[in-house]
Amino acid sequence: MNKVYNRIESIIGSVITVRAEGVRYNELAEIHTRFGKSLAQVNKIDGDIVSLQVFAGGQGVSTGDEIRFLGRDMRISFSEDLLGRIFNGSGEPRDKGPALTENMQSIGGPSVNPTKRILANRMMRTNIPMIDMFNTLVVSQKLPIFSISGEPYNQLLARIALQAEADVIVLGGMGLKYDDFLYFKDELSKGGALSKTVMFIHTASDPTVECMMIPDMVLAVAEQFALQNKDVLVLLTDMTNFADAMKEIAITQEQVPSNRGYPGDLYSQLAARYEKAVDFADSGSVTVLAVTTMPGDDVTHPVPDNTGYITEGQYYLKGGRIEPFGSLSRLKQNVNGKTRRDHRALMDAMIRLYSAYKETLEKKNMGFSMSRWDEKLLKYGSLFEKKMMDLSVNLSLEESLDLGWEILADCFQKDETGIKSALTDEFWPKK
Amino acid sequence: MTENTGRVVSINGNLLSVEFDGNVSMNEICYVKVDNTELKSEVIRIRGRIAQIQVYEMTGGIKCGDRVRFTSEMLSAQLGPGLLGQIYDGLQNPLPLLAERAGWFLERGNYADGLNAEKKWEFTPTAQIGDSLQAGESIGTVPEGPFTHKIFIPFYLLGRYTVKSIVPKGEYTVKETVAVIADERGRETPVALSFQWPVKRAIKCYSERLAPVETMETKVRLIDSFFPVAKGGTYCTPGPFGAGKTVLQHTTSKYADVDIVIIAACGERAGEVVETLTEFPELTDPKTGRSLMERTIIICNTSSMPVASREASVYTSVTLAEYYRQMGLNVLLLADSTSRWAQALREMSGRLEEIPGEEAFPAYLESYIAAFYERAGYVRLPDGSTGSVTIGGTVSPAGGNFEEPVTQATLKVVGAFHGLSRERSDARKYPAIDPLISWSKYPGVIDPTKTEFCKHIIQHGNEINAMMKVVGEEGTSLSDYITYLKSEMLDAVYLQQNSFDLIDANCTKARQRYVTDKLICILGSEYILDSKDDARAFFNRMRQRFINWNYTEFESDAFKKTETEIDELYAQGNGTLTAESKKLLSKDGE
Repeated sequence: MNKVYNRIESIIGSVITVRAEGVRYNELAEIHTRFGKSLAQVNKIDGDIVSLQVFAGGQGVSTGDEIRFLGRDMRISFSEDLLGRIFNGSGEPRDKGPALTENMQSIGGPSVNPTKRILANRMMRTNIPMIDMFNTLVVSQKLPIFSISGEPYNQLLARIALQAEADVIVLGGMGLKYDDFLYFKDELSKGGALSKTVMFIHTASDPTVECMMIPDMVLAVAEQFALQNKDVLVLLTDMTNFADAMKEIAITQEQVPSNRGYPGDLYSQLAARYEKAVDFADSGSVTVLAVTTMPGDDVTHPVPDNTGYITEGQYYLKGGRIEPFGSLSRLKQNVNGKTRRDHRALMDAMIRLYSAYKETLEKKNMGFSMSRWDEKLLKYGSLFEKKMMDLSVNLSLEESLDLGWEILADCFQKDETGIKSALTDEFWPKK
Repeated sequence: MTENTGRVVSINGNLLSVEFDGNVSMNEICYVKVDNTELKSEVIRIRGRIAQIQVYEMTGGIKCGDRVRFTSEMLSAQLGPGLLGQIYDGLQNPLPLLAERAGWFLERGNYADGLNAEKKWEFTPTAQIGDSLQAGESIGTVPEGPFTHKIFIPFYLLGRYTVKSIVPKGEYTVKETVAVIADERGRETPVALSFQWPVKRAIKCYSERLAPVETMETKVRLIDSFFPVAKGGTYCTPGPFGAGKTVLQHTTSKYADVDIVIIAACGERAGEVVETLTEFPELTDPKTGRSLMERTIIICNTSSMPVASREASVYTSVTLAEYYRQMGLNVLLLADSTSRWAQALREMSGRLEEIPGEEAFPAYLESYIAAFYERAGYVRLPDGSTGSVTIGGTVSPAGGNFEEPVTQATLKVVGAFHGLSRERSDARKYPAIDPLISWSKYPGVIDPTKTEFCKHIIQHGNEINAMMKVVGEEGTSLSDYITYLKSEMLDAVYLQQNSFDLIDANCTKARQRYVTDKLICILGSEYILDSKDDARAFFNRMRQRFINWNYTEFESDAFKKTETEIDELYAQGNGTLTAESKKLLSKDGE
């Protein structure tokens, strides 16, 4: 029934064109090349000229290769069987398990009706003090991790995957180094989290088009789990590679670029993915944490810039730590008033003092003399960095708060902290 | 008349080319048949027998040869009673109704009427048989929430009409005929409670446009006193992400001194709309004492919803604003964010393969932005009353750089500029409007010579601060240091405002005037202070008392008590007014 075409008109990069009729927009096709079968997706139709992006790339495609249109869009099987499995950007198994074919669901579906969303108001614990205490992650929040290459962002993601209070974790890797893929696999299986995890992995050596499919597949699976009343945590790394893949295809198809070669719809494309983060009224939720590497540590680069306008804050990973100043969880005030009475006051005081410490440090480096107060701040700053900010610190929120009081008591008098006396009287450690 | 149809010949994203036979007009609405649904689209270019159309939905599954039905109508909004309190998408589909029909997701091809067709409204006729009327004049009223909603002769009717018949007072639905009118040739036209109006055309049924001179109070001190907005004026709020654009608009939508607020969430986060949806029904409008939702319309086309309807959403919102202005009401339209709308234009322009302008924005960007803001205005209506549409748009410049095309095009046409800065928002100063770069052409609530005085202190303080970073505190003279402390105090107690505190967030005109005079007295005085430490301690204490004062209710006992404390401290500092400030304060003698 599906007609086979074997006359390819042009091959440019990973985009081929073929003369065909009755083809639907976004339809999938299968192309048989000398290196085997690959999927391809229709991304433009002009009369009987159909453009397709070939998942495996244009390399080795011959003008005489066979193309068969499948009459359906990109789908992914959804069931509990997904848990513990690893797939590639074409949705094929990457582990040695069987391919899944039941209950196929379209990817990149429509957006959620805003009136069916509810206000984000539940905390998602990660046991990382710089997150739980200072920039609380909230269920259904979308947050990028801004970072430069070389920072341990994948280690951070792996730890969050292991420790976060989520029912299901869906991990999407885009342009991932193979070592990093192995690292995720090992860490998750060591930590016993593999059984609640689904992975969609595109490694740096895989074809570009597959990279573009990862977020849609990840989010489609996450959405389905969320509709089954599960709290799903989606981890994506690295969204800059995703944007670069879009750039590559757009330029290949001679689209007019806007900023630094990125297509004009970069914002809409990123937003369509991030906005999948949702807390459904009467059902589960999707929370999204996505690594965005900033080329040259430049936050005004189009990818982090557009991301910042879409997401609800950002974690700023710098020097192996989550920076308290650049980082912001916009939704934290929805939850941090309900945790422990001292949470907000202590958070504010500790950040204020840390900021004072930074100023003192600057003065010290410029050779000014240090007062007694400055010495206290210096001691506080180094304790704070060592005991709180270090990424290896693993404490529950309550333990972090207690530790916070201890650090303060170690360095200051009660009235030097600027915290209401009602709180210091209750929480100040008794020696 | 036979149905005008065409068929799809090419597909590129949400842009289709359609071959047609009959006549097709620019911006006409058409529907693409795919599977079992019809997708709403708009004609945006015609070349020979080929019309290019933008589809307001995702286009997956469309194939060449698919049928397209042309409607010969332009994209229109349904105008009538029942708009207030609604939550619409960019094409005026009520979102709660779509949710009832389709569940969690916004299924494509699911459309609904903007107004409830079954609801009955109590109509009171005001026109008599034989009255001669024209478009934009009313024939009767219905009550809608706290307002008297006027029923108009539809805006698209040209010339004068005579009322032939009109129904008695009673209950009618929005589509029932309530009057019949006839033109000069005697041709009769029925009039209902509602009618359609093409959103991309401005409603111009007013007698004249007046200059916007009356301040629209936002209760934000920095805006009302320093960079005011006038009723019928326009303003823009550009700022980098995280600078608090949306929070500022959110506060404005709560406290602004207008009758109706229309919130156009255009290409922004869905979560923020949910926040408004959750919060507004609980809040009361200080003017009417009723739920804030009753004076609000939300047009919400968030970032993941289709791009073409994002473009339509700003037009839909401004059309609804103009409609309520016609009733003699003051309407505020808050568009968040106009950059997303401009990006929607850019996406379409790219697909049309137009020659790109700066940063790939289309060459007509400036004229589109200007045309949008020009729909604001303070007007005299046919019945002699006045109404206004004020437009406030946020701009999200790439990289926070105001040199980009959207910000620059907007600055050319607005009357006030509230530039948010990263430095101020990083320092947790709210609102993060930078007093050094912002401006306004409208009159504010404070005497202009007084604001000049305050702005001068800010500027001078800023210069000293820059110098101090180089030479250190030691190298700065005591008098300069005091000026610096004064500017810091002015910033902390007047420019900054706590939007979470109910009293501080709602600072009225009277209060702003009173507090400014007190500030001029304090800042315009010379003090006998021996050292920088003394000066710092004095102003710290003064600042603390002033902030406490901001949290007390105006003219309450607590207010007076704190004021006395401020006066006492002032006396302790041995302040003496300078001649200049004496003159300023004696000016009005209020």
